[in-house]
Formats: sequence, C-alpha cells, structure tokens
Amino acid sequence: MQNLHTGVAIQNGLRLAMEMDDRVFLAGEGIGVSIHANPLMPTHGLLETFGPKRVRDTPVSEAAIAGLAVGASAMGLLPVVEIMFFPFITLASDMLVNHAAKLRYLSGGKTAFPLTVRVKAGVMSAGCQHSHNLETWLAHIPGLKVTFASTPADAKGLLLSAIFDPDPVIVVEEMGLYWTKGPVPPGDVRVPLGKAAIRRPGNDVTVVGYGGLMFAALEAAEKLEAEGVSVEVIDLRTLVPLDRETILESIARTGRLVIVHEATKFCGFGAELAALAAEEGFSSLSAPVRRVAGPDIPVPFSPPQEQFYMPNAQKIAEAVRSIM
Amino acid sequence: MAKETKNALRRSILEKMLLTRAFEDRIAHLAAQKDRLPGMQILATGQEAAVAAVLALGPEDVIVTNHRSHAHLLARGATPQSLLAEIMGKETGVNHGKSGTLHMAVPHLNVLMTSTVVGAGPLLAMGAAFAQQYKEEDAVTMVFFGDGAAAEGSVHEAMNMAGVWHLPLLFVCENNCWAGAQSLKDHCSVSNIVTRAAGYGMPGKLVNGNDPDEILDTSLEMIARCRQGQGPALMELATYRMRGHGEYDHQEYVDPEEIAFWAQRDPIKLFRTRLEQDGVVDAAQAEVMYRDAEASIDAALEFADASPYPAPQAAFDHLWARAEEETGRI
Ligand SMILES: Cc1ncc(C[n+]2csc(CCOP(=O)(O)OP(=O)(O)O)c2C)c(N)n1
Repeated sequence: MQNLHTGVAIQNGLRLAMEMDDRVFLAGEGIGVSIHANPLMPTHGLLETFGPKRVRDTPVSEAAIAGLAVGASAMGLLPVVEIMFFPFITLASDMLVNHAAKLRYLSGGKTAFPLTVRVKAGVMSAGCQHSHNLETWLAHIPGLKVTFASTPADAKGLLLSAIFDPDPVIVVEEMGLYWTKGPVPPGDVRVPLGKAAIRRPGNDVTVVGYGGLMFAALEAAEKLEAEGVSVEVIDLRTLVPLDRETILESIARTGRLVIVHEATKFCGFGAELAALAAEEGFSSLSAPVRRVAGPDIPVPFSPPQEQFYMPNAQKIAEAVRSIM
Repeated sequence: MAKETKNALRRSILEKMLLTRAFEDRIAHLAAQKDRLPGMQILATGQEAAVAAVLALGPEDVIVTNHRSHAHLLARGATPQSLLAEIMGKETGVNHGKSGTLHMAVPHLNVLMTSTVVGAGPLLAMGAAFAQQYKEEDAVTMVFFGDGAAAEGSVHEAMNMAGVWHLPLLFVCENNCWAGAQSLKDHCSVSNIVTRAAGYGMPGKLVNGNDPDEILDTSLEMIARCRQGQGPALMELATYRMRGHGEYDHQEYVDPEEIAFWAQRDPIKLFRTRLEQDGVVDAAQAEVMYRDAEASIDAALEFADASPYPAPQAAFDHLWARAEEETGRI
C-alpha cells in the first residue's frame, strides 16, 4: 500500500491505464498546460510522459470535448475526457445524454461508447456557476453509469474500472478531496462499478452517502458511538449501477436509514434511496427515513452562506438522533 | 461628434481606466494576503482600454459581461464599494454576496447580466438585443467575451441568429492572447476571431485593444450602425492579459519577454501621455485623477471591511420573486 493524495491516486490510475492500453487518450481544457501546475493535480505531468498525441489540450468547447469522446469511442478508442467544473457538463449534455447514453440501445447493440468523463465537482468559494452537484441528473439518464468516490483508493480503482468499462461512465471527482490522503494499492487494482463499501459497521442506524461527506458521516458516527448509538456507514461509490443489496441488507439489520449528500434535497439522489427503502425495505424500517442534503437553493458565494449550505457531521448526527 | 464632446469623453475614459487599475491593483494586493478575500480573483490588468467601448454607449444601452468584468462594470458606473463588498461576500455587495467576484450584475445600470460560463454571454446578449428590436427601442446591446470563449458553439449560434435577424448587437471580443494557460494558436483555428464576422454576415474590425481612441472610434461607428437597424457587428480588441488567469496563477508558462513587450504598451501610460500631448488634460489634472481613484478605493475598502456578512439563512433569499416580496426587497 502507498499513502497517496487522491489527486495523485487518480494520476496513477490515468498513467497506468495509458501504459496498459494505447487506445486510452486524454482530452480536456488545460489538462496538459494546466495553470494548476500542482503535482497533486490529476493530470499533472502526463503530457510530458505521453506527449500531445495522447494528452490533448482542447479549446474551451465542452460540446466538442464530449463529441470527441463519443465519436472516438465508437471507433474503438478509450477516451478519458475532463469537464473542468461540474456545471459545465450542461454544455456537453447533448452528446452525453442524447447520444452516448442512447445510441447503443437505438442501434440494437451495434454501437458502443466505452468513454469516461472525469468531472470536477465541489463547493469552493466560486459561486453557483462553478459549484453545482448534478450527479442525479446524470444518474437519471438510462445508459450512463455514474461513480463518485470518497477515498484515494476508490478514486483510482473506480477510474480504472470506468476506463475499461464498455459503456459511458461519468466519474465525479470532488476537488476538495484531491488534497486528502489515504492508502492506495499499487498496480491495476480496480474497484468494481456497482459495489458499495461498508466504511464502518454498526447496528442501530444506517447512514448512506457518497463523496467527501462520507468523512462527515464517520465523524458523526464517532460522536454517536459515545452517546451509545451504533452507526453503520455505507459509501455508495457508484450511483449507477446502484448496489441495492448492500443498502437493503444493512437496513434489514439496523431498521433505520439516514441519507447524506451535498446536492440539493428535492429530487436528489436521496429521493431514489428513500424510495428504495420504502418500496423494497419497508418491513425493515422502524423509523422514518431522513435525508441530510443541501438546501434547495443554488450554492451561495458569501462565506457564511456557503457554510450554511453545506451538510456536515453535526447535521448528520442530529438527523440520526431524530429517529432514535 | 464635436471635438470638445469627444475630448470630454476621452477624459472620462482615462478617469475610468485609472479607477479600474486602482481597483484591480488593490484586489491583487488583498488576494496576496491569506484569508483576506474568499475565492479566486480574476483581473483584467492591461485590458483597461475596453472602458472606451463601454463609454461609447448611451445610458439606455445594455452590456453583458463575463468573468473578467471590473473595467466594464466600473465604466458603466458601478461603485467600487458595491463591487468590493460583493467580492468579499458582504451584504452590501452589489448582489448581496450571492455572486462574489464572478457573476456580478448591476441591472439598474443596464449591466444586464454576467455569466461566468464561458461563451454564454453572447447568447444572453442576443436575447437582450432581440428585446430591444422587438420593443422598437433605439438601444443596442454590447457583449464582451474572450478569445477562448469564441471556441464555444454558443458564440457561433448567437452570431448567426443576430446576423439573420439583424439584431442591434455589438460583439466585442477581448483577445488577450490567452485562454487559461492556452495561447491563441493552441485553441483557435485561425489567427484572429474577427475573420469570423464575414461568416455571419456582419462587419468585423480588428483594433488595437490598448488604444482607447481606436476602440472609441470603432465603437461609435458600430453602435451607430446597430442603432440604424443594420444588424450586428464584431469588434476584436487585440490586447494582453498582464496577470495570470487568476491571482493564483503566476504565469510560469509565459515567456517573460512577451510580458515585457506588452508592458511597454500599457494602455494607461500611453493614453495618459497622449491626452497630455493633445492638451486634453494637463499633468496636474491627470495626477488628481490618479489620486482620486486611489482615494475612492481606500474608501471602498473601508466600507467593504466595515460591512456585515449577510445572515446565513438569507441564503434562501432571491431564489423566487415571492421570497423577495417577503423580505421587502422588491
Ligand atoms: C463553459 C465553461 N468552460 C470552462 C470554464 C473555465 N474557464 C474560465 S475562464 C476560461 C478561459 C477563458 O478564456 P477567454 O474566453 O479567452 O477569456 P479570458 O479569461 O482570457 O479573459 C475557462 C476555460 C468556464 N468558466 N466556463
């Protein structure tokens, strides 16, 4: 095991995939000449290693970046393209939503789009045109797969799975996590798509979520432990395909479910999880399901308001206490 | 335009350029201090001559700007207090702290919108120009966008529709040689954005973007054309981004000789010297302008520092018109 920053773990994953398979190429705005010339950033140094044939700086053209990925993947390449900030995926959405997601189906299985879109997400003092968690939008599109890692090992392992997956995968990377460290297995160790991780076992309540808030959930679980409440924390890692079994099996034991995400609550991914519990786990539930999520507003800029927006350990602990 | 009117305009151009430089220098200074300003800071140092385009407009005309907006906003009459307070996320900021530095909008000054989604401005502006035409107004819309933005399909779509419908829209591309860390030759298939004008049936003119006189003359001419219902036009300002993309970017990828070359062409220095030579301002008057600009930034900083943050719960304000009514802000 190596102890790596998430940004470096992703970098290792990209490097490895490119070494293993020369069909893999990277494209995105500033991924080679990046102004973020920081060694902890995911694409740092890759242009130097692999050259401009395989690491492509693109114009500011998200639709073109997505079109490049769709067309090239149909021709048998394995594109890994980057969308600089999550909200800008809206500009790429025609290619992803109406084409990458649908054309295999439309063609009766005769076309394939083994492409990967890395999209940088997070709330980071830039206001709502840079910060907007749209993962549920993408998860709602049949034909797209969506991953959202919290640990460096998962960031690398899910990325590798995504790159070599035969279908289009959206890999959400939370930028704040680039600077957090954790153990990462060396080499081609993949995390399968559609398999959640139990981060902490517990018996009284299940907390399910994904991304950086998993650390807040663990912090809350620690606090609650001291209060005599045993919390099981499940990290989804992949939103589509969703690991229903792990969630249902957990609530069958705990009888309680709290869902956590940074995206706004209304029609958020938590709604899908709550529906899953209601439809398929109703008999296990001994309390109402709770969601801890962003309020239903765009992310405000002003620092106290941005803080107000963010779910945290305290809000998670309160939600758990409210159903004990 | 009568010579005296023109010279009065040139004086205000110098004044606003000095104000913009003082404002941005202060932001650079604050941004260099830890925890002094939240978020990233994006400056247009070296691009101040764009002020001339804004001052060529009348008060009824509309502008739409982008992430590099300070010169445009100040030229339009936004106060340094309201902008600086916004950049700090304060309640007294021009957008109550909701925007921060990137999306500042001052609709009462006809700064209709700011989008930080690169290339979105021209689409928004196209709609605004349509409304002006629809309402049979005399007004025009001016939209600022970068050379990098010109790669977005949205810019092409806006140009085409404006061309087909003869909308009163002046496209102003500030070509500052860079898009993020990419140089023009690496992101643009031709050597200048202006060559695209022909493809959309509009006139295009490449001007020295560090020369306010050239910008003013071209703007006046193109605005007049738009007002007469002759459709859109494209002006490209050949200029330079003297600082990094944002204040976190130290331009390591830029040839220092290139920066030195453009430093010789500082639009403020050149214009000030020319106005003095032309007898439009004397050295003492120019010095007073400079000091006034500095003083107004001192005052703005004091104001912004003393201003409160908005209440956390006010994060819910402004989502819907209804909430605005409830808080009595409409
Ligand atoms: C749709 C979209 N993609 C990417 C970005 C990130 N971004 C911000 S500014 C910028 C470069 C823009 O270059 P240009 O249009 O030349 O303007 P300049 O910054 O040089 O003034 C990029 C890529 C963005 N804000 N919006």
